[in-house]
Amino acid sequence: MVDTSQVDWKAIDSRPEFQELHRRKMGFLWGLMVFSMFYYFLLPIGAAYFQDLYKIKVWGPVNVGILFALSEFVVAWALAFWYAKRANAEFDPMAAEIVRDAEKYMGGKK
Amino acid sequence: MISRRYALIAGALALVAIATPALAQGAVAAQYRWLTFAVFGVIISITMYVTYLAAKRVKNVADFYAAGGGVSGLQNGWAIAGDYLSAASFLGIAGLISLYGYDGFMYSVGWLVAYITVLLVIAEPCRNIGKYTLSDILAYRNNPRAARIVGALSTITVSTFYLTAQMVGGGVLVKTLIGIDYEISVMVVGVLMLAYVLFGGMVATTWVQIIKAILLVTASIMLVILVWTPYGFSLPAFLTAVIGDADVQAQVALLLGDAGKNMSPTELGQRFLEPGLLFKAPIDQISLGMALVFGTAGMPHILMRFFTVPTAQDARKSVIWAMAIIGGFYVLTLFLGMGSAMHVGAVKIKSIDAGGNMAGPLLAQYLGGGPESMLGNLFLAFVAAVAFATIVAVVAGLVLAAASAMAHDLYVGVIREDHVTQEEQVRAARIATVIVGAMAITIGILSKGQNVAHLVALAFAVASSANFPCVLLTLFWKRCNTGGIVLGMIVGTLTAIGLVLVSPNLTYPLAVKAAQEKIVAAESAKLTKFQGDLTAAVEAPAQDKLKADIAKSEKAKAAAEAKIKEIGSDRTSIVGLEKPAFDLRNPGLISIPLGFLAVILGSLLYRDKRSEDMWDELYVRQNTGLLLAKPTAH
Repeated sequence: MVDTSQVDWKAIDSRPEFQELHRRKMGFLWGLMVFSMFYYFLLPIGAAYFQDLYKIKVWGPVNVGILFALSEFVVAWALAFWYAKRANAEFDPMAAEIVRDAEKYMGGKK
Repeated sequence: MISRRYALIAGALALVAIATPALAQGAVAAQYRWLTFAVFGVIISITMYVTYLAAKRVKNVADFYAAGGGVSGLQNGWAIAGDYLSAASFLGIAGLISLYGYDGFMYSVGWLVAYITVLLVIAEPCRNIGKYTLSDILAYRNNPRAARIVGALSTITVSTFYLTAQMVGGGVLVKTLIGIDYEISVMVVGVLMLAYVLFGGMVATTWVQIIKAILLVTASIMLVILVWTPYGFSLPAFLTAVIGDADVQAQVALLLGDAGKNMSPTELGQRFLEPGLLFKAPIDQISLGMALVFGTAGMPHILMRFFTVPTAQDARKSVIWAMAIIGGFYVLTLFLGMGSAMHVGAVKIKSIDAGGNMAGPLLAQYLGGGPESMLGNLFLAFVAAVAFATIVAVVAGLVLAAASAMAHDLYVGVIREDHVTQEEQVRAARIATVIVGAMAITIGILSKGQNVAHLVALAFAVASSANFPCVLLTLFWKRCNTGGIVLGMIVGTLTAIGLVLVSPNLTYPLAVKAAQEKIVAAESAKLTKFQGDLTAAVEAPAQDKLKADIAKSEKAKAAAEAKIKEIGSDRTSIVGLEKPAFDLRNPGLISIPLGFLAVILGSLLYRDKRSEDMWDELYVRQNTGLLLAKPTAH
């Protein structure tokens, strides 16, 4: 079991570094989340109400509907990749610094 | 070690049971059945050996529930894919595509998009603050007792629904494929799964998932290469062949009925690539989509996988890998389903399993050279064995989730209030595993012949309406507290289950009776017409054809009459309704917002100082991973 009582969590929470991490991360996360839901639900809604659009053939028998469905995969992968890239490059180092500082305050006790 | 010896005995018993001469006829021809058993034997032996190795590594309770946090991101990615690609998604989606074309493919998209939710808001926070179970997350800042009780009950509910669907589906599948009796199939699945979980805990479960996922993906890639090579790996060329196929055109004509009467064969074929052959109710589709994209993030056996990796970075990496594997697999499934529609044909697929579950395995048989060839049967045997391994692996993951809720949350957390030694905890986990395993086998056998397809949808509905709102809001909403968690769990679970109980998913005797009476009337009309034609017909071939038609109609009429008789005087469904009180098959559209609303209302109406005081700690930790326990060294 880890003992969490020796850390002043309120102090960490109110530090500008943590607030900055929180602000950047939440904006990015919820933006991605809303966009991915919007893009996903467009597929069944379109299939129900815009069938004529889905039926337009663009590449031999391949129609807009099939390309749209395939694009869902590409978009999901792209969003995941984008998130991972930004988290690795930006959020992880910020979090690591906060952890380093906090451990210093705790006097290396762990 | 004694436990290892038992693992070997259990494995040997399972092998013997499988090798017991089969009684019924399956998809595999009798003279090639030994081939199936050989492939089964090899795969089971490998997983048993892995369990034997894993048993040595399970020393404490962290090893049993979370593989000591020592699984890498890549390994966990494969294991998540293994957990997720259950028989329902692996055989079911290929089947839907083979029978309904575009709609089947569209259905698969939601299963992948679900992981965006898992990646963005669930995986890393759960790794940073969680320990072994979903309730650990709920109990962090809320009243631990209350949170553990509702969390455990919900985990057990979701797992039991999913488990039942898997056990029954597995029993039917093994029977259909190789003709082993249903009861024996269920028992073999149960005993094998128990052996993995009991002796190897999460370590063995993880490795069984990885092995199965690799086998599944390998088999699919192999089949897709075979089915796509003749068309030079060109998508338009392949689809042109699919829509030009007479079987595909006939299936579309059958599905469209009168609407397709004036369409040319080319138009019918093209229609296979357009939406609307399966899904007629768009609102229901959206409702199902919601349950999938939010429910996956609330699935206890998926959440549990994030406790097996050492850091949040590994949790993130594992979701990325899982998305690549799962998404890639569904794209392959498009080719398997379409290929099966063309080469095997809907008539043959449905003749073996009405739901289309055999589309993939039958395509394998065709690609290997057909039902009479050795290679064709080897392919079929391989796919069948992978399907079997799939069920055992998914069931193992579910049993571990339910057992951890029972032992870790209810027994250790609530009853003993955490005053338990390591040895006692591991023992409790193993006892709970045996209880859940025995329950799974019993329910599986008792549910023989029941329609359990909607149970998977129900599991996702509860996970998305109860678990997901609670986990999400306790992680991200400062005001969330014990009152919200308890109310959210209760309202989410009850509305999801309640709405399904009054939905069209259940059997309504009056509706069934009306449909069968319609068939009787139609066949009677046909019979009168045929008999008139018969007296008028002079040529022998025409007479023979009419006689055959008459025999067919009489058979259909008799079958419908038998069904009416079977219903007898029943008027209502099991909850006492004559017709559905709620029109949607999937309750998500209503129950998910209600679940969220309940968490919010419950939190606002209830005061809980602990939930407020703990917020800073939870929020800092879930974002930074501060004080994350290091993985145990092996």
